[in-house]
Amino acid sequence: MQNRNKILFLLLTILIVVLFAIDMMVGSVGISVGEVWAAVTGGECDPIKAKIIIDIRLMKAIVAILAGAALSVSGLQMQTLFRNPLAGPYVLGVSSGASLGVALFILGAPLVGLSSSPILSSLGVAGAAWIGSAAVLALVATVSRHIKDIMVILILGMMIGSAVSAIVQILQYMSHEEALKGFVVWTMGSLGDVTISQLWLVALAIISGLIISIAVIKPMNLMLLGEAYARTMGLNIQRTRSLILLSTTLLAGTTTAFCGPVGFIGLAIPHLARIIFQNADHRVLLPASMLSGVISLLLCDIVSKLLTLPVNTVTALLGIPIVVWVVVRNKNIV
Amino acid sequence: MIRFENLTLGYGSRTLIDNLSTSIKAGELTALVGRNGTGKSTLLRAITGLGDRIKGNIYLAGKPIDSLTTAELAQTVAFVTTDKVRIANLRCRDVVALGRAPYTNWIGRMQVQDEEIVMHSMALVGMSDYADKTMDRMSDGECQRIMIARALAQQTPIILLDEPTAFLDMPNRYELCTLLQHLAHQEKKSILFSTHELDIALALCDSIALISPPQLHLLPTEQMVSSGHIERLFTSGIVNFNPTTRSVSIK
Repeated sequence: MQNRNKILFLLLTILIVVLFAIDMMVGSVGISVGEVWAAVTGGECDPIKAKIIIDIRLMKAIVAILAGAALSVSGLQMQTLFRNPLAGPYVLGVSSGASLGVALFILGAPLVGLSSSPILSSLGVAGAAWIGSAAVLALVATVSRHIKDIMVILILGMMIGSAVSAIVQILQYMSHEEALKGFVVWTMGSLGDVTISQLWLVALAIISGLIISIAVIKPMNLMLLGEAYARTMGLNIQRTRSLILLSTTLLAGTTTAFCGPVGFIGLAIPHLARIIFQNADHRVLLPASMLSGVISLLLCDIVSKLLTLPVNTVTALLGIPIVVWVVVRNKNIV
Repeated sequence: MIRFENLTLGYGSRTLIDNLSTSIKAGELTALVGRNGTGKSTLLRAITGLGDRIKGNIYLAGKPIDSLTTAELAQTVAFVTTDKVRIANLRCRDVVALGRAPYTNWIGRMQVQDEEIVMHSMALVGMSDYADKTMDRMSDGECQRIMIARALAQQTPIILLDEPTAFLDMPNRYELCTLLQHLAHQEKKSILFSTHELDIALALCDSIALISPPQLHLLPTEQMVSSGHIERLFTSGIVNFNPTTRSVSIK
């Protein structure tokens, strides 16, 4: 069992290295392995190709790695917290909160004549999305302090999501063509819109979120048996819940803010990890989800570049079959 | 081992148990009986620290429950709930190992001693052969035994069980209660379990705690039978309790 896990972890790591290399090679201009290596290590390389590799592809691949790890770990946390196999980072309203922030920024501001406001433009789409998702999660977290039943919080998250969608639709309906296009493009998701200065912020937030998720590995194992069991085995449930919500904001909130709503990775990848590793222990599942998430998003990025599709459509087409298979195969998972 | 002092339980404006002062001894198997909705689960949850009290105090192994930290409480009381635990890919040994949580480090690392306790706990409930099986492919009786092994791995002087026999067939009910009796007497645990199986409780338990709202009567089984409390509580329009045969019959 232990050896099987070690081999699987090794295989996943090798796969990440291979996909990372392929991701650097493919795109509108094909670049060979040797040239990629030269550019990254500062060797002899065509300066234009070197610029493409370092400024565009390397950035995008790093974002894909961070986003893949962040989304799948937050998905695993949500599934354990809500004891629901169909929970993902978006059920809590991360996506809807981010959408609201962006909608208010792109669609709402011009409606009230604020399009040229320097405060708003410096805030940026990413900032608006971050504030939006953090606000919704803060609301859900506040409510969860007072409500003991986790299912109520789940339903609440869904209701907030629906309410926000309605508001976003009103904004869309009232908006001009140009602003509408900007918003729709954001909803399709992109791994390539992160600037160098933003990358540090994204990396810092996601790594902090991952560290918190490692700290709640044991609490999450206890929560597998349900809240009553977890508490009688010495778990501080409020603290655990707060930590998981904080971690999710940092992971899924940040990813959504900078890459748009990248769907289905958070929901599907933890199941993929369960299937591959045949394990429910978070000491195995957490790194397994993280690595599988990185692989899937690198893969999605490669496919989206080869077919020139928005990354969100690729993650959906990859994720949905996994989710359907999980639901059909096993009716009492998690 | 468990002592109640002027304990009042209930929810909202409804009082379920009023001003209870009594104690449950170490090494005894006690059945908690009473009609539906009279506060059996509420009492068990109060002892585990999961539920709130209206008034009074509960002492566990001599210490007031409020003075115990979550970790200390988890080393004093183990609880087996009515929740069905069926987690895919989770082996029995892993479930039982979770019972070591109050003793392991931040990531739950198991020492050799912890592993031995897990195997010993599984042996006590007769489930050693199931260590590597997953619970989604086991019967209700087998799962219940694993959850009891998990409680044993917690190494607490007190074990509480909420209707442990509810989903079991007749032979399994007797076997489970015989196991509980054995654990109470051999392992010197105080075991309190709620049940609707009056005949099993009278046959196997040392004491009976009977809730007759808003009172709780705790007596050794023999005295409980002769006290008349059972007849008063369980005799309805169509059934009758006979103290000499200790059985319920239809009028």
